[in-house]
Amino acid sequence: MRGRMGQLAWPLWLGILLWPLAGPIWSAGAAGAALVVTLAHRFFIKPMAGRVSFSAMVLWRLKWPKIFWPILACLLLLLPLVLNRYFLDVAITAGIYIALALGLNIIVGLAGLLVLGYIAFYAAGAYSYALLSTHLQMNFFIALPLGAALAVLLGLALGLPTLRLRGDYLAIVTLGFGEIVRLVLNNWDAVTGGPNGIMHIAKPSLAGLGLGRPLHLYYIVLGLSLLTAFLIHRLNSSRLGRALVAMREDESAARACGVDTVRLKLLAFMLSAAVAGGMGVVFAAKMGFVSPESFTFWESIMVLCMVVLGGMASIPGVILGAVALIVLPEAFRQLHHLRMLIFGASMVAMMIFRPQGLWPSQRRKMEMEEG
Amino acid sequence: MLLQQLLNGLTLGAIYALIALGYTLVYGILEFINFAHGEIYMLGAYFAIIALGLLTQWGLNSWTIAPLLVILFSMAFCAAYGATVERLAYQPLRQAPRLSPLISALGVSIFLQNLVMLTQGARDQVFRKELLFSASFLSGGISLPGGQLSNIQLVIIAVSLLLMIGLTLFIKKTRWGRAMRAVAQDPRMAKLCGIDIDSIIRLTFILGSCLAAAAGVLVALYYGLVNFYIGYVAGLKAFIAAVVGGIGSVPGAMLGGMLLGMAESFGAGYLSCEYKDVYAFVILIAVLLIRPQGIMGERGP
Repeated sequence: MRGRMGQLAWPLWLGILLWPLAGPIWSAGAAGAALVVTLAHRFFIKPMAGRVSFSAMVLWRLKWPKIFWPILACLLLLLPLVLNRYFLDVAITAGIYIALALGLNIIVGLAGLLVLGYIAFYAAGAYSYALLSTHLQMNFFIALPLGAALAVLLGLALGLPTLRLRGDYLAIVTLGFGEIVRLVLNNWDAVTGGPNGIMHIAKPSLAGLGLGRPLHLYYIVLGLSLLTAFLIHRLNSSRLGRALVAMREDESAARACGVDTVRLKLLAFMLSAAVAGGMGVVFAAKMGFVSPESFTFWESIMVLCMVVLGGMASIPGVILGAVALIVLPEAFRQLHHLRMLIFGASMVAMMIFRPQGLWPSQRRKMEMEEG
Repeated sequence: MLLQQLLNGLTLGAIYALIALGYTLVYGILEFINFAHGEIYMLGAYFAIIALGLLTQWGLNSWTIAPLLVILFSMAFCAAYGATVERLAYQPLRQAPRLSPLISALGVSIFLQNLVMLTQGARDQVFRKELLFSASFLSGGISLPGGQLSNIQLVIIAVSLLLMIGLTLFIKKTRWGRAMRAVAQDPRMAKLCGIDIDSIIRLTFILGSCLAAAAGVLVALYYGLVNFYIGYVAGLKAFIAAVVGGIGSVPGAMLGGMLLGMAESFGAGYLSCEYKDVYAFVILIAVLLIRPQGIMGERGP
C-alpha cells in the first residue's frame, strides 16, 4: 500500500472499515466520496497548493494595524447592548471558558505540566458559591474570592503529594482526582444534592442593586477574563514566568540554575486553581443551579483543547482557541449530528498540520526559528 | 458471599486485564497513553453484535464454532481499526512534543464514539446470547459452596486466560515478539539491528486491538447490553490497571486488571455500590504515592 497504489487503495480500505457499522450503502458512498477527494487532491489541489499556501502566509504575516485594538475594545463593550439573549448567552459562556483556558494555560502552557482534572477546581468554586448562597445568603462578590480560595486549598492538597511525580503520572493522578471530585459530588446527597444538584442560587447583586441580567453578567465576565488575561500577561514576562518557562524546557537545568521547581510547580498549580475556582463561582451564578454533569472529564478535555489548539503559552492564541471551541459548535448547530465527529477529526488534523496552535506564542516561535 | 464476590471480581478483572494489556504494550514501546484504546474495546462489543446478526441471518448461529467466528470477526475489524488509527493519527506525530499525540488520541476517541453513535444509534444495543448458546448452557454453571460460577463466567475467564498465555508466548518465543522487546528497550539500537520500527509499532497496535476486541465480545456476552460510551469508563479503569501493575509490564497489566476487578467487586459488595467507580482511582492514587513504578515495576513487555 505505498505510492500511487496506496492513494487509490485507501478509499477501498475506508469502505471496508465502515461496512459493518454503517451498512453497504453508506460505506460504499463514503468510499466513493473518498475516491473523489483523493482524485481531486491528486489533480487539482496539489498543483495549486504552493500558490494557495503562499497567499495564506502573506495574510498571516501582515502586521495588524494599530487601530485594531481600539475597535475590538469598542466592539466588546458596545456589541452586547444590541445582541439578543441567545448571542449574549454564548458570549458569556465564551468569556467563562476564556478565563478557564487562560488559567489552565499557566500550568500546561507555561509550566508544561499536563493536568487532566482541571474541571475539579471549577466544580469546587461552583459548589462553594452554590452552598454559600443557598445556606448563608452570601453575596456573589464576597463568595468570588472565597470560591477561588477553596479551589487553591484543593489545589494545594492535590499538588503537595503529587507534583513530585513524572509528567505522565501527574496527568493520570489529576484525571483520577477530577473523577473522584465528580463522583463525590454525585453521591454525597446530604450536602451536594446528588445528581439533582443545587438549585435556586442567587444572581449577583451589589449594594442592593440586582446585577442578575445577562447584560450585567456579560460585563462581569468580560471584566474577570480581561483581568485574568492581564495578570497572566504580567506573569508571562516576570521573573516567575521566566522561571516557569525554564522549568518547562529543561527541569534539571532550571534546578541547576537555582529554581526551586517543586515550589514553583505548586505555585503554578495554585494560581491555575484560583482562576478556575473564581470562574466556577461565576458559572454557578450564571446558571442558577449546579449539578455534577457540568463537571465531567470531557469539560477538562475541552479546556485543554482550547489551550493546545489556540497555541500553548500564547495569550491571544488561548483566547482564540476558547472562542473557536465555544462559538463554532454553536454556529454549526444544524449539523449537530456530525459536529462532534468533525470536532474529533479536526483535533487530529490540527495536531498533525499545525501543532503549534492557531496563534503560537512569540517566545516559542522565536525559539523554534532559532533552533 | 465471599466466594461469589471473588468469582465476580475475577471475571471483571479478566476483562480489565485484556484491555490493560493494550495500554501497556503501546506504552512500553511508544511511552504514549493511547486514550482511544477504550473505543476499540467498545467497537469490539459492537462488532460482536453485528457478527451475531450476520450469522443469524445466514442461519449459522447455532453452529458449534459460531462463538469463535464472532470473536474472530470482531478481532479482525478491531485490528484493522487499530492499525488505521495508528497510521493516520499517531504515526505522523512520532517526533512531536508529548502533548500532541495525546490530544490526537482524544480526537480519535471523540471521532470513534460519534461514528458509532451515528451509525448504530444512541440507544443500548442488545447482544442476544441466547442465539449463540443453548438455554441450558446459559443457565448452567458450577456450584461451589458459597457461590456459583456460571458457564458464561467460566467462558470469559477461560478465553482471557488463553489469550494472555498466547500473548506471553508470542512475546517470549517468536521472532516478532523478540523484535517488540528490542524496540521497547531501545528503539534506535533496534533500528540499527535492522528491525523495521514502524511495522513493529503497527503490530503492537494490532495485538492490543485484538485483545481489546476480545474484551468487548466478552463484556457483550457478560452484560448483554452495549452502548457507544462504554469505552470511556472501561478504558480509564483498564489504564489504571496497567499503571497499578506497572505500566509497560505484561504480567503487571494482568495482575493490575485482576486486582482492580476484585477491588471493585468487593468494594461494591461490602462498602458501597454508589462509589463503585471511585475505588479504582483511590487505588491508583495510593499506588502512585507509595510505589509509583507499579507493583511489577516499569519495564518493557
